[in-house]
Amino acid sequence: MSVDTTSAWSPRWAINDTVTIARRNLLAIIRIPTALVFAIIQPIMFVVLFRYVFGGAIKVATSGYVNYLIPGILVQTTIFGAVGTAIGLAEDLQRGLIERFRALPMARMAVLGGRTLADVVRNVLVIIVITIVGFAVGFRPTGSVVSYVGAALLMLLFAYCLSWGFAFIGLVAPNSEAAQAITFPLIFPITFASSIFVPIDSMPSWLRGFATYQPVSQVTNAVRGLMNGVPHGASTWISLAWSLGAIVMLAPLAVRRYRQVA
Amino acid sequence: MSLEFAIEVDHIVRTFNNGDFYALNDVSLRVPTGQVFGLLGPNGSGKTTMVRILSTILKPTSGVARVAGFDVVGQSDQVRRRIGLAGQYATVDENLTGFENLRMIGRLNHLSTNESTTRSRELLSNFGLDDAANRLAKTYSGGMRRRLDLAAALVARPPILFLDEPTTGLDPQSRQDLWAIIEGLVESGTTVLLTTQYLDEADRLAQQLVVLDHGKVIAEGTSAQLKSQLGATVLVLTLPTTSDAVRTAELVADLSEQPVRIEGLIIELNVDGGPANAAEALRRVDAQGISVTGLSLREPSLDDVFLTLTGHKVSDDAAPDANQRSARTAHS
Ligand SMILES: Nc1ncnc2c1ncn2[C@@H]1O[C@H](COP(=O)(O)OP(=O)(O)O)[C@@H](O)[C@H]1O
Ligand SMILES: [Mg+2]
Repeated sequence: MSVDTTSAWSPRWAINDTVTIARRNLLAIIRIPTALVFAIIQPIMFVVLFRYVFGGAIKVATSGYVNYLIPGILVQTTIFGAVGTAIGLAEDLQRGLIERFRALPMARMAVLGGRTLADVVRNVLVIIVITIVGFAVGFRPTGSVVSYVGAALLMLLFAYCLSWGFAFIGLVAPNSEAAQAITFPLIFPITFASSIFVPIDSMPSWLRGFATYQPVSQVTNAVRGLMNGVPHGASTWISLAWSLGAIVMLAPLAVRRYRQVA
Repeated sequence: MSLEFAIEVDHIVRTFNNGDFYALNDVSLRVPTGQVFGLLGPNGSGKTTMVRILSTILKPTSGVARVAGFDVVGQSDQVRRRIGLAGQYATVDENLTGFENLRMIGRLNHLSTNESTTRSRELLSNFGLDDAANRLAKTYSGGMRRRLDLAAALVARPPILFLDEPTTGLDPQSRQDLWAIIEGLVESGTTVLLTTQYLDEADRLAQQLVVLDHGKVIAEGTSAQLKSQLGATVLVLTLPTTSDAVRTAELVADLSEQPVRIEGLIIELNVDGGPANAAEALRRVDAQGISVTGLSLREPSLDDVFLTLTGHKVSDDAAPDANQRSARTAHS
């Protein structure tokens, strides 16, 4: 037997494989028009819609609705992006690509690692684009650049942890349509019944409890506070705790499921 | 290091549906290094299951398989570094170009970026995909996808190649092209395990064959051995009446080791002795004043093989329902 120096499990190859898969998933976002619309165009439409159509009717305490809105849209978009993880993995499974990867001498976890890494990269781009669009429509965050970056990192982390849950859904779903059908009903209540678009005290009392304490509102409050220079300490820590809790719960679930199906 | 057998399979069993259904039922085989080995069988006979086990995608329920001397379960990593796989359905990434597909596979095989790029270009040009190299794979025709899939399997120059029904669904020209590619690979020393439903393909490419039916080996040997066992060409005669058909069958019965088959007005005779036997059959029929209304010769099909080996036709048997098959497997 020959001695092998290129074990697929060496960290160097694990990183190589993860980056290779991530690059492939990023290319797919550019190549699939609907994915591109989903990632970039849709949040821009939300910005325009809420800034100019609904915005006038929404009363917020802080420095104008646009400064309230843009951090919320950013959180919403990074979370919506995780849907792509579910759909993409379901599609790869369906098309037999994951099986093909399985017969290659690559690090096995690179398929999930690369997929979630691609989500992070896409989210970084989305944050940059929406920030620019935000500036164009009058967004003037009052916080420091450092805390703006901190806010961006916080939502990237939260979305990353969440995307492991969506990876699990993608691996359970029988096909990509089903993956989509499962994820939307999950994502709508947590993004719309939250502080993303409107202050929670404007909601009916039966909704207020859920809307206040669910993680998306916590993340939104933390991000909005950091960007506008009125950090809300508790919500930042609570967001970090939710992120940690999510990844500790969801990543093993996704990994276990991946081992079963692949 | 040169092994006598590139692939060794010993008593492999694979069940599905919690052990109720045997996709592979005690299969053993030896694939000599440097040859094309054919795994022949109808739909559902277990070919893909065998390929998936040998390419480390699926674990066997029991039994041992070694590829390049490494255990497919315990040393799967070593195995993966020595195999290429082109599955039954060309699995290319539709959202990447042909070139990007190959380069990705190169990188995942841990070739350097330069090596991956060079090798990808080389394969694209070898497989006539130069012009399509920068087009998305979703725009490729069936034949182009197959070639891209095969190219992907070859990126890392694996010494052992698995091709699962590589020509199913291809037009005759693409089929010929693919055969030529496979022959070229073997000339350069690659061992190929090829599955097929077509006897002519196995005959053309494979030095040795195993015939699978319901997850069991029902025949094995060189293609020449199998062919002599199965009869070469089939003479098909159509007679004006059923009684003529029966009479004709009796007249020519001694010309073949295999029984003459009668279906209504049609009789089929294996002409093992070659064209001379076919001519003799026609002379006898003519001498009796029977007028033949239809006449043709055809190469034996997988149907003929199965009829001879198992006494049943493939089509009677290719029940799509796994339960039906498992019932049959259970008491056979
Ligand atoms: N994952 C699976 N679950 C249940 N049954 C399966 C599975 N894979 C294959 N089978 C069954 O095993 C049998 C052999 O399948 P396969 O190896 O694909 O045959 P072939 O490739 O010769 O057509 C078929 O009856 C098929 O339905
Ligand atoms: Mg098959």
